[in-house]
Order: sequence, then structure tokens, then C-alpha cells
Amino acid sequence: MSHWSVTLATLKKDIRLEWRSKDALNSMLFFSLLVVVIFAFAFDPLAEESRHIAGGLIWVAFLFAAVVALNQTWARELRNQVLDAYRVSPAPANALFLAKALGNFIFVSVLEALMAPLFVIFYNLHVLGPAWQLIPIAILGTWALVVNGTFFAAMSLRTRSREIMLPLLLFPISIPAVLGMVAGTTAVLTGDNPAHFYIVLLLTYDVVFTTACLALFETVLHAE
Amino acid sequence: MKRLFPILAVLTAIFLAYALHLALGKATPTDAQQGDVYRIIYYHVPSAWTAFLLFFINFIASVEYLANAKPSSQTAAKWIVLAIGIIGAIASFVPQVQHRLPAGMRPSAVATTVLAIPAFYFLVGKFFPGERLDVLAVTSAEVGVVFCTIVLVTGPIWARPVWGIWWAPGDIRLTSTLVLWLIYVSYLVLRRFSTSAQTQMLAAALAVFGALDVPLVYFSIWFFRTQHPQPVIGGGGSMDPRMLHVLLMNWLAFLCFGFLVCWSRFRLELVHREVEEAHAMESLAGGAPAKPSHPLNRSPQ
Repeated sequence: MSHWSVTLATLKKDIRLEWRSKDALNSMLFFSLLVVVIFAFAFDPLAEESRHIAGGLIWVAFLFAAVVALNQTWARELRNQVLDAYRVSPAPANALFLAKALGNFIFVSVLEALMAPLFVIFYNLHVLGPAWQLIPIAILGTWALVVNGTFFAAMSLRTRSREIMLPLLLFPISIPAVLGMVAGTTAVLTGDNPAHFYIVLLLTYDVVFTTACLALFETVLHAE
Repeated sequence: MKRLFPILAVLTAIFLAYALHLALGKATPTDAQQGDVYRIIYYHVPSAWTAFLLFFINFIASVEYLANAKPSSQTAAKWIVLAIGIIGAIASFVPQVQHRLPAGMRPSAVATTVLAIPAFYFLVGKFFPGERLDVLAVTSAEVGVVFCTIVLVTGPIWARPVWGIWWAPGDIRLTSTLVLWLIYVSYLVLRRFSTSAQTQMLAAALAVFGALDVPLVYFSIWFFRTQHPQPVIGGGGSMDPRMLHVLLMNWLAFLCFGFLVCWSRFRLELVHREVEEAHAMESLAGGAPAKPSHPLNRSPQ
């Protein structure tokens, strides 16, 4: 089987599993809904203020919610020794990684698409800058989160209390990406300054870390 | 080797005492604007330099450990490192590149720094073969975190009377040092919590990720800050040569101290691994351990 067919097969399997169980999506959705509601109570902002803080709130909510999905990525494969089967199979490790990362990207994107309207309603958002720029920021930002998240989820599989371990590893490394997403979103929402720099920053981050993940994933997968 | 340790310890103690005398004594001039508060710089800056050096060593050791896993990547890594050193050193003298260097940064300094990468890589590879590379990585990360903590504690103590605030959230150096500290703490947490037999590999991979992250953090905050200006120390300012002398003396003393701590931690880690290995061998051999083996009593290497 070629590289892409392995990727596609694994991706299809993951999506089918998720479609039938809806474990990750439901828990992510409810979790981020809770974050939105709690923040709305805690801050009770005016429209002008909310424009300045919404970028941070949205991405913090998505970041925490994404961890829920990322934790399940590999833990699901531990049952019935599926991961061991992957290890001994001749399928390239990178194909597996790419499939998992793409799957997580799709799940988190669905979450964002569903939650974004809620944010607009709860915080009375009205975009002052060029709104289309939110799309590249969201795509690049989500990929930045899930590509490293998938990698570190595989890493934290070999640790005690693995569910706590993932955010401990992921958040420090993600700081530049989170800064790019939050500052970029705020720049677009307020229209004060251009968001181009942040898009370039996120793109650089994505390229650097996707390369690093693909180069090192085989080592991590086989480190038992 | 074993006899050298106490001698070096005594020398370091004398050196630290002398540096303290220089730093706090009347012979060193007091800063015209800040008064005596500025003297914390003699602890803050040497700790920062030592911490960065140790993190750099950790990165080099981790890359080398990962590269040594396969013979093919080992050879490739050697050539790549050599190429980085040569191309970087030449490039820093090319006029187009010189324009892009931050103001006040001399091309010769950049070239020396870039050349230090292959130099460190080959030196570390020569003196720390095999598993010792990983022991070096743990040691440098642990001691580096300690020095970095000193930096993060002394910084706000100085900033409060001089800037009037404990912490400047948008400042480039503060934030990137804090992120560096966070990354290395997570590195140590991973090592501690790992149940894998290949913790070394996982940790080395994380160290590479951390090192890739640092320039991005610096770059992102650099832009962030240029939008929201903040007061920054030493913006191209020059230092009294007498102060610089004391600063360098302190750094030397701190380096000696750091080296000493690393050395003892390195030996401790080696002994620890030997004990673990002995236990594993015992349980493999079956039979209850009649009397514990004493790797601690072995003759010094």
C-alpha cells in the first residue's frame, strides 16, 4: 500500500469511528460551550471591550477543548493492542501520523464552525477589520494546535497520568502559535492594525513543526 | 579525577567569594541613576548566560543522541552541522545579511557564535559517547532550569524599584526567558513521568521541539513589542569598563560553580543508572538478591 492509501484508510476509519460514537465531538462541544458561558458570566463585557478580549477567549476555549479530542487520538488505539499492530506493520509511520493529525484537524474545525456563531451571539461581536482574514488564521492556527498535539499525545502515551501530561507538554511549545492566533484575531476584530504578520508567523510555525513532527514521529512511535 | 573535584570545589568557593567582594564592594562604582540596586546585575546576567549555555548544550546533546540512533543519520548530521557552521560564518560577513542583523550586533560575533555550533557538536560527541550523551542532556537541563529560575527571580526584584513594576508582560527578554523556562520544566516533567524504556528518545525529541520554539517565540514577541513599546534595559547602552570587568569575573565564578554542580550531578546520574542496571540484571538472573551489589564502591573511573 502506498503512503497516501494508508493515510486515507486510517483517516476514513477514524472518521467512521467518530461518526458512530461522537465521543470526542460531543465532549469538545459541551466543554467549549461551558467555557463560553462561564466567561460570559465572569466578564459581562461591553461590545467594545469584548472585541479586545474575544480573541483570547475563543482560542483558550478551543485550545482546552482540542486537548479533549487529542487525548483520545492514541488512547483509542491502545485497546486490543491496535498500536502494536501498527508498529509491526510495514505501513509508513508518517502516513499514520498524517491521518491522525488530519482527523483531529477535521474534528476541531467542525467544533470551531459550530462554536463561532455562539461566540458572536454571546459577546455581541461585530468585526471591524477584514473578516476574511479570520479564515486563514483559523485554519493555520488549528493545524498548529493539532499537529503538535497529535505528536505530543503519542509521546504522553508512555507516561503515568497521561491525560495531564499532554497539556503540560503541548502548551509551552504552543505559546508562539497561541500568541499568533490571539493577536491575529484581535487585530482583525478591532481593525486597529493589520494581521498579516500573524498569518506569516502561524505559517512559519506550521511549516517548522510539521517538518519536525514528520521527521521525529517514527522515533516516538517505536519508543516503547 | 576524583581528587580533582574537591580541589575545584575549593577554588570555586574562593572565586565566588572574590566575585561577591567585587560585586558588593566599594571599589566598583555605583550606578549614577539606579544607585546600589543595579548590583543585582552581577547575579542576574551571569546566571542568564550560564542558563542559556546549558540549554544550548542540552540541545546539542539531544540532537546528537537522536542522530546516533541510526548510522546513516549520524553521518548526515555531522555533515549538516559542519555545513551550518561554515555557511553561517561566511554568510554573516555578506553585506545583504549584515543589513538584517539587529543594530549593535557585530558580524564577527555572529560568525563566532555560529562556528560554536559544530565545535560544541564534535566536542560533545567526542567526550560523551553513547548513553553519556543522554546523561549530559539531563544534567544540563536540570542545572539550566535552576540558573534560569535565579534569572526569573532576580529580574522582578530589580525591576520593581527601577521600572516601578514587577513584570513587563510584553517585554521580549522577560517573556522569552519565561517560555524557555516553561519548556525545560516540561522536559523535566516528561522525564520524571515517563514509563517508557526509551525515555531518552522521547526527551531528546522534546528538546529539539523546544529549541525550535525559542526563535519563534523571540520573533513573535519582537514584533509584538515593536507595536507596544516597553522600556528595555541596555538598549545599545555602554557599560563602565570597571563594571564590565566585575560582571565577567562573576560570570566566570558562576560558570565554575555551574560546571561543578553539573559534574556531581553527572556522576550521580551515572551511578544511579548503574544501580538500576544491576537491579535489572539481578532480577533477570532470578533468585532473591542474597546481598545487594555495591556499585557505589567501585573504583573511580
